[in-house]
Amino acid sequence: MRFQLIGVNHKTAPVEVRERLAIPESRLPEACKRLAEHPAVAEGMIVSTCNRVEFIANMKNGTGDLREFLREYFQTDLSGIENHLYEFREHDAVRHVFRVAASLDSMVVGEPQILGQVKEAYATARAVGAVRAQLDQLFTRAFAVAKRVRTETAVGSSSVSIASVAVELAQKIFGNLSGKSVYLVGAGKMSELAARHLLAHGAASLFVANRTYDRAIRLAQKFDGQAIEFHRLYDTCDRADIVITSTGSPNFIFRREHGEKLMALRKNRPMFFIDIAVPRDVDPEMNKIDGLFVYDIDDLQQAVSSHVADRKKEAEKAEAIVNYEVEKFQARLQTLDVVPTIVSLQDHLETIRQAEIDRVRGRLGSMTTDQELAVEALTRGIVNKIMHTPISTLKTAARDPESTTVIELVRRLFNLHQEDGERVAVASKADRGPSANKGVKD
Amino acid sequence: MMPLIWLRVALVCYAVGLLYALVALTRTSETLSKLALHASYLGMVFHLVSLTEAVVQNGQLASASVHNSESLLAFLIMVGFMLAYLVYKTTTPGIVVFPLVFLLTFVAATGQQPLVFTSIAVKHGWLAIHILMIFTGYAALFLSFGASILYLLQERALKSKSSSGMFSRLPSLQVIDDIGYRSLMLGFPFMTLGLIAGSVVAESTYGRVDFLDPKILLSILMWAVYLLMVFTRLSAGWRGRRAAMLASAAFATAIVAWVANYFSAMHRFIAS
Repeated sequence: MRFQLIGVNHKTAPVEVRERLAIPESRLPEACKRLAEHPAVAEGMIVSTCNRVEFIANMKNGTGDLREFLREYFQTDLSGIENHLYEFREHDAVRHVFRVAASLDSMVVGEPQILGQVKEAYATARAVGAVRAQLDQLFTRAFAVAKRVRTETAVGSSSVSIASVAVELAQKIFGNLSGKSVYLVGAGKMSELAARHLLAHGAASLFVANRTYDRAIRLAQKFDGQAIEFHRLYDTCDRADIVITSTGSPNFIFRREHGEKLMALRKNRPMFFIDIAVPRDVDPEMNKIDGLFVYDIDDLQQAVSSHVADRKKEAEKAEAIVNYEVEKFQARLQTLDVVPTIVSLQDHLETIRQAEIDRVRGRLGSMTTDQELAVEALTRGIVNKIMHTPISTLKTAARDPESTTVIELVRRLFNLHQEDGERVAVASKADRGPSANKGVKD
Repeated sequence: MMPLIWLRVALVCYAVGLLYALVALTRTSETLSKLALHASYLGMVFHLVSLTEAVVQNGQLASASVHNSESLLAFLIMVGFMLAYLVYKTTTPGIVVFPLVFLLTFVAATGQQPLVFTSIAVKHGWLAIHILMIFTGYAALFLSFGASILYLLQERALKSKSSSGMFSRLPSLQVIDDIGYRSLMLGFPFMTLGLIAGSVVAESTYGRVDFLDPKILLSILMWAVYLLMVFTRLSAGWRGRRAAMLASAAFATAIVAWVANYFSAMHRFIAS
């Protein structure tokens, strides 16, 4: 395993840098192919979204550097880019991939799009054969980890803007918003934004009442809604399921008696008041009426901040899951690493055994079948007993990050030659250690 | 005794549902909710087998014993729960439904010697209709009652503006309301027809209907409360607190009417 990852994201690089590295979807297959064909690279994959561009590779040996590929591909000396790049290697790269897929590295932690984007990048790279063995395992695992994070934590479940909280609350009350109507009282920017969100989530119709009728008309036209003269407000607003108030009125526009009348008119069908005006437009007393729900700007703000706090807590849980999964993945790959050594050790001893039997066969004279079997069992038994401890030591060592020294030692002791430099882990310690510096290089 | 064995197997399945209901009070678990759902499917299959065998054994709709009728009621409530799940994809009503179903099944499954009608009326088709209708009505009433409790909880959570907590994953107010409303409307005709069928049976057995008999009196009272619920809902759209109060009243009279079986002269499970 020689994972290497370099890239830029919204935290390390401004958009001018990100766009210099971004690779449009149409050119992605070809870019992946070129990455995988790079002499230092065994497998490669590229994730390119508006918030991040990352190059992930399984390197052929410890000396390769993905920057070389960047220089060649973008035909640039990386000036102005280099100091925005972050680089991860080995298990730090694994962790980073897991975190990205689980949306822990996103601008809005927990947002669900990134997983889909990574999956697409994976499919693209796979289709051109740039992802085959170990990267394939890495990403398959990363998707499983992302799923685990999603189901076991609530990191992606809560909204973090006033408008989205308003939508969420409306959905708590009305379920599906389709067919519901929204009434804007006062035509401010904020209420427009909230209305846009509600309409995007299925709300069917919009009414706008404003003291300046012209503005009501303009806003209503924008959303294909209906403008209403302000003095007709009380006669018309029972048609609305959701009322958003944002007038500059110094007094309450909706008081308890209005609420009671509305509920009677609406046969107690629930109604949701979102009051984003300061001073408030809706008397908080109205919240005490059955079926009426009143949220003012502070309530919404509080829901937002409690969601942010919730997310932080959940993100910690998610990080713990990621850490655990990185360990598990590491252990699995290392167990795989140790297999060739065990196999060649077994082969080696078996060869010795066969050679020794052949050597003494002449001196033993003719043997019965039983005797043949006894000699066979005897020699095999000795070899197996001797091998038992080294093999179990190797297997235990595989779970330890320092294992390469043990594997190397066994190889040297038994003079085992490596046939497959890529598969056998003989990397020096420095290579495996936490050399993967997080963050920005200077 | 085979029906009893199947019923006990069903009981074990429902126990998973009960566990879900208890755990759901403190935290939500996707896995457990799924498990409870599958266990309920399985439990309902065993339950149906048990009921069918009981019918085959007795050669009639064998709700003639208290325990069989409790078993039938539990089954019908589960059917209601499953219907609600299929339409609204929510298992939350299970918080209320599972404990009751478990209790009913438990009583039925551990029951001693069943008390049996030997009256000729048992063979009467009207009695079978009476029992099925009334029990479907009961099941619907209970589901509606459960929904109105959930409605109250959700309404309170929304009004108190606490976004998190144990009820944060309740279905939306609208969905809870739909479940309650539909079961209310569906249950009413069943309850009404069931009572009519019951009076036909009483008429044919005793030659008259004694309106002062506690069972009959309470049944009529229950029906009246039920009617009131339907009426207030249709005319004034009562829901939430007031609807929950009415539903509780209807549910309480239903229970008292059930208990009255033991005091009634006309409506007893032991042959008179």
